[in-house]
Amino acid sequence: MFAFFSSPTTQTVLSALNEGFVRTLELFFITLVGAVPLGLLIALGSMNRWAPLHRFARPKQSKALRAVLNFRPVSAICRLLVWIIRGTPLVLQIITLFYVPGLEHLFNWPSGESGRMMAVCIAFIINYACYFSEIYRGGIQGVPVGQQEAGLVLGMTRSQIFFKVTLLQMIKRIVPPMSNEVITLVKDTSLARVIALQEIIWMGESFMKGNRGISGLVWPLFFTAVYYLVFSGVVTLLLGRLEKKLEFFR
Amino acid sequence: MAILEVRALEKHFGPTRVLEDISFSLEEGQALAIIGSSGSGKTTLLRCLNFLETPNHGSISVRGQVLFDAADPATQRESEVRRKRLHFGLVFQNFNLFPQYTALENVTLARKLLAKERDEANSGKKDLLAAIDQEGKELLERMGLADRAGHYPHQLSGGQQQRVAIARALALHPDILCFDEPTSALDPELTGEVLKVIRGLADQHTTMIIVTHEMAFARDVADQAIFMDGGVIVEQGPAKELINAPKMERTRQFLSRYTEN
Repeated sequence: MFAFFSSPTTQTVLSALNEGFVRTLELFFITLVGAVPLGLLIALGSMNRWAPLHRFARPKQSKALRAVLNFRPVSAICRLLVWIIRGTPLVLQIITLFYVPGLEHLFNWPSGESGRMMAVCIAFIINYACYFSEIYRGGIQGVPVGQQEAGLVLGMTRSQIFFKVTLLQMIKRIVPPMSNEVITLVKDTSLARVIALQEIIWMGESFMKGNRGISGLVWPLFFTAVYYLVFSGVVTLLLGRLEKKLEFFR
Repeated sequence: MAILEVRALEKHFGPTRVLEDISFSLEEGQALAIIGSSGSGKTTLLRCLNFLETPNHGSISVRGQVLFDAADPATQRESEVRRKRLHFGLVFQNFNLFPQYTALENVTLARKLLAKERDEANSGKKDLLAAIDQEGKELLERMGLADRAGHYPHQLSGGQQQRVAIARALALHPDILCFDEPTSALDPELTGEVLKVIRGLADQHTTMIIVTHEMAFARDVADQAIFMDGGVIVEQGPAKELINAPKMERTRQFLSRYTEN
């Protein structure tokens, strides 16, 4: 066993996997940094109540007319986006975003690995922002209205109420579903290989073409799984700790 | 002069009229009980007084100053509404304590935020915050909760939570303290401790408006009483008279249900 770990083949495998893993990590963190705030924007957008024609609505008008007059464009656009993104496979979104701009002569991604990375990051950020936005929406709407009213009658401003009263209660509500989503993201990063981004599975699989044929693939694939397990283990541990920290109130 | 003067207040939700032609006044140091069945508009009336709902018609004045007049948009500016709310305190049916703060922090939070706003550059800020903490502790002590100051709401019983909520409302020194069915969410054995606290406030001549279903309590504690039904005031007068010997048939009907039990 020890001989196996120090053998030159293993060294080659691990260094290749490390290289792929760095890509995976990059994709993971860039997605989080982009999707966490973008998700909040989409959540606020889909809850936006702006209806430009609302003031023309009267109780006695027909249902259809009132629906048109009460139409909320910002909310509708955000919900449509969420529906499309959540309703189609991420793989399809990655392929579309990478190939369609070139095929339709809209623009070309930079050539090589950097262009692939850029396209994949954007696809991931949009996809995850949509999922996050629904989690945020649940968290925001889950805080009882009474909390806001209690703040109001105590003479607090809207922003004081948001930052001092409701925000922490929202965070507490969204941590468990966010943990779920973030762990899915750890593994979803592997979808980037569909446009040949050299993330860890791509690297592991590349040993298939080595001189030992299919049988040489077993160990690289095994180590790939270990990387994922360790990675998602660390993420689980950190988010679990955050959840514990917020347990002081209910 | 009356401390509170409500004139011809009216509130609709869509086509539904929830309050109609509500007029009454309240003297300083007196307690007013509002009774009536569910859906009669009692809670909406309190919410109007606390600017959580905007009446469609009528006016609200405190100490002769018009705080709200439906006919005058200048009295409805959001920035001023915030200050005007401070004339009133509101104790909710289901407490609405802030779960992430201790009992003491619940009581002092709003005061501290106000103090920070007003005395941004004041060098005596530390003393001021300490004074607010001290006052908060005294309030909790008055509520019989001196040993619970460091507890979070989920560690307190319903009765204790409601008493913290009363302390929280008192901390801002409102002119008029409003209670929205303060014991309706409590187990019967816990209502006593909350009613006792409110009784104590009445003894100290705190100006109060109490929406309640506890008739005996209303009769004993309140000076004045209002009976509401279907969004209108059916009868108003001294609490003992109104509850012991109502003049209107509708009031008698309502009260008879309580004496039967």
